[in-house]
Amino acid sequence: MAESFATGGVGDAQLRYRDDEPCAQPAVTVEAFKGQTNATAVRLESGEDARELLAMLDRLTLVVVHFPAFTDGRGYSAARILREAGYAGELRAAGDVLVDQIRYMRRCGFDSFAPDAPLDAAAVERALGFYDHVYQPTVDGQTPVWTLRHGGDHG
Amino acid sequence: MYQYDKYDQSLVDSRVAEFRDQCERRIAGEMTEDQFKPLRLQNGLYLQLHAYMLRVAIPYGTLSGDQMRMLATIARKYDRDYGHFTTRQNIQYNWIKLEDAADILQDLSTVEMHAIQTSGNCIRNISSDQYAGASAEEAADPRPWAELLRQWSSFHPEFAHLPRKFKICVIASDTDRAAMRLHDIGIQLVENDAGELGARFYVGGGMGRTPMIAPLIREFVSADDLISYCEACLRVYNRYGRRDNKYKARIKILVHEIGAEEYKRQVEEEFAHIKTLNLDPPRAELERISEFFAPPAFDAEAPTEVDLSDPDFRIWHDQNVAEHKNPAYAIATISLKPVGGIPGDATADQMDLMADLAKQYSFDECRVTHSQNIVLPHVRKADLYALWQKLDEAGLAPANLDLIGDMIACPGLDYCSLANARSIPLAQKISQRFADQQRQKELGELKLKISGCINACGHHHAGHIGILGVDRKGVENYQLLFGGSGAEDVSLAKITGPGFTEDGVVDAIEKATDLYLAQREEGERFVDTYRRIGMEPFKEALYG
Amino acid sequence: MIILTGNDLKTGDVIWWAGETNWSRHLSDAVDAGEEADAVLQREDAARRVNAGYSVEAEQTERGPMPLHIKDRVRASGPTVRQDLAIDTNIPIEKA
Ligand code: HEM
Ligand code: SF4
Repeated sequence: MAESFATGGVGDAQLRYRDDEPCAQPAVTVEAFKGQTNATAVRLESGEDARELLAMLDRLTLVVVHFPAFTDGRGYSAARILREAGYAGELRAAGDVLVDQIRYMRRCGFDSFAPDAPLDAAAVERALGFYDHVYQPTVDGQTPVWTLRHGGDHG
Repeated sequence: MYQYDKYDQSLVDSRVAEFRDQCERRIAGEMTEDQFKPLRLQNGLYLQLHAYMLRVAIPYGTLSGDQMRMLATIARKYDRDYGHFTTRQNIQYNWIKLEDAADILQDLSTVEMHAIQTSGNCIRNISSDQYAGASAEEAADPRPWAELLRQWSSFHPEFAHLPRKFKICVIASDTDRAAMRLHDIGIQLVENDAGELGARFYVGGGMGRTPMIAPLIREFVSADDLISYCEACLRVYNRYGRRDNKYKARIKILVHEIGAEEYKRQVEEEFAHIKTLNLDPPRAELERISEFFAPPAFDAEAPTEVDLSDPDFRIWHDQNVAEHKNPAYAIATISLKPVGGIPGDATADQMDLMADLAKQYSFDECRVTHSQNIVLPHVRKADLYALWQKLDEAGLAPANLDLIGDMIACPGLDYCSLANARSIPLAQKISQRFADQQRQKELGELKLKISGCINACGHHHAGHIGILGVDRKGVENYQLLFGGSGAEDVSLAKITGPGFTEDGVVDAIEKATDLYLAQREEGERFVDTYRRIGMEPFKEALYG
Repeated sequence: MIILTGNDLKTGDVIWWAGETNWSRHLSDAVDAGEEADAVLQREDAARRVNAGYSVEAEQTERGPMPLHIKDRVRASGPTVRQDLAIDTNIPIEKA
């Protein structure tokens, strides 16, 4: 369940699915992050390589992945790559983030959202509630149908 | 045939509910058209020239009698009593109302059908060989693999906003009836030296404005790695495919620009990583799916001879019936190409009849082919005559499979908002000019394919004779191309020269076929003669 | 002249702007939007009286307004290969 739908107070995220304290630092660019050893939050543009961050995961508490247009799907791969590498901090989708994209974003590992235009809370809840099952395993820990069918409970 | 379990059904039902909610929000004005468009497209709903158009998925082209009957019902209940079978083995309805769209999907879900991802920049319906499971030459039935890929690609969260559409084809024989190498990923199932079945991967083919033949990326991917390898192919594309220019966004451009070797290197690197994530389903899943595709209970006593004493039946039999792996059975193609008709269109009544015939004669199964025909894959030879009589009565027995009359045509300017020119009236004129059965037969295998614009939905690049509609100062004009093929001898057609008017192009085709008849050597098809003698003599005949 | 067309949001029907807030299924009802074309489209789209609206160059003929582009003439007439489904079989498809 979402922690809060309030804007402000949760470090710019309108929607946050984490219990820990939001990172208070501003997110800096990847270039700046490489040079600033005390920075803990970074902003990844859609054309940037998420793998550049892998060597620095231990000092990251927030990665903001920017979606310049909701049709630009590079951020979904970036998110999975970070989660697959074990990143456990906050992963935020920012920019052109719409109700009907939230579920797939959650499946790729995003756990907070900072949409350009505030989302309708009820619509998000509804959009997240339609599906009981998934075919393919991702990083969200949901047991895929392929596993359920064969008696397992985890993929 | 594959049958849904509670999970498959639940997923499809969920999609119907989700799309109903989305349609309601659009109608209520809670979403703009720009926001709604990608959502409706992922459910197969386009806004076309005259109305909304719905494209319903027919996974790997296989459907049951009940499913075919439902297609007829949809045509009657929500459309105007007909549908159009497409080169991607799907069906399109041209007169759909947005207010009905969710109800249609709901009706479809009762027979395990849907329109999920039949459009949009996502992984589309998986296509396959229409003779799958019936042909003697295949390494295995490709459809269990296609079904596994269908499940994997359905609602895939990472690959729903790709740079561009993504089309996958799976076949399992050296004869290519599905234009496999003209897909974003073309897979051929092969056996390795140890006798295990695996997938040979070709990546980066496609038609559209820059046609390309997919290069070989990997010789053998085992069943245990199939999903991981696909994830790797797609992830490299999702990350690095061009997004700055819609016309350069297909994976073929990426593979072409960085080179097949470099693309392969990146995929292998990604695959090595993904393989550690344990994403592949248990082997038991492919086995579970495969059981649904076990051969039907063939009649061991059935005669292997066909009585060909009726000469009209014989003509149809010689042209439209192919060999089956069981000597007492045959594969029958129902041509949706009557002289002067609309290629690929079928009326609701015809669909009902085909559903009945599938039930009665073909273990309740039919197939849609990329050349817009319907196949009954398992017909007892002893039943062929009765089948033909019923088809003939309903206007479904043109004996023209793979002949010039069996042409592919996209909807063109009669239905499509992207078109430059009409395709269908031209198809009608050509089929009338070459209506004579004797003459068609004399010309032999001749694959003619018409697209109404450069998007190439009608496969004109892959036609022995291709026709491309262009806009010449507001007037419809047609370019002629020769020498393409979507089969195992895959090649891309070349433009002959300046374009023609509608009547001009029909005359030009006749000149070209006359030249072929004069020049051909023993056993040569039109395309073989073209390949041997080259474009020059044809140019001479057309423009000289 | 400039006429406006688009589709009905719910039914998908091809419609033509007939002045004010009115839209018609018949090209013959279309009226010149002139300078106001963009403003009308914006307003009508926001009110969901039209979907995917756009403006079309046309000329006044004895049959009424006639779009210059063949695509819009096909839209006004219906598929030329299915006269039984046509809205108006009198629209000349080929260039006049
Ligand atoms: C009427 C609505 C249709 C629209 C708007 C449409 C649109 C398009 C577009 C834009 C492309 C080019 C994609 C690209 O190169 O990136 C394309 C390709 C294609 N379409 Fe369609 N199409 C329509 C109908 C059809 C039909 C009826 C068929 C089958 C007869 C079809 C089959 C295909 C195929 C096979 C391709 C080529 C795929 C490739 O480039 O690899 N489409 N379509
Ligand atoms: S080839 Fe062009 S005209 Fe034909 S259906 Fe495709 S987009 Fe439309």
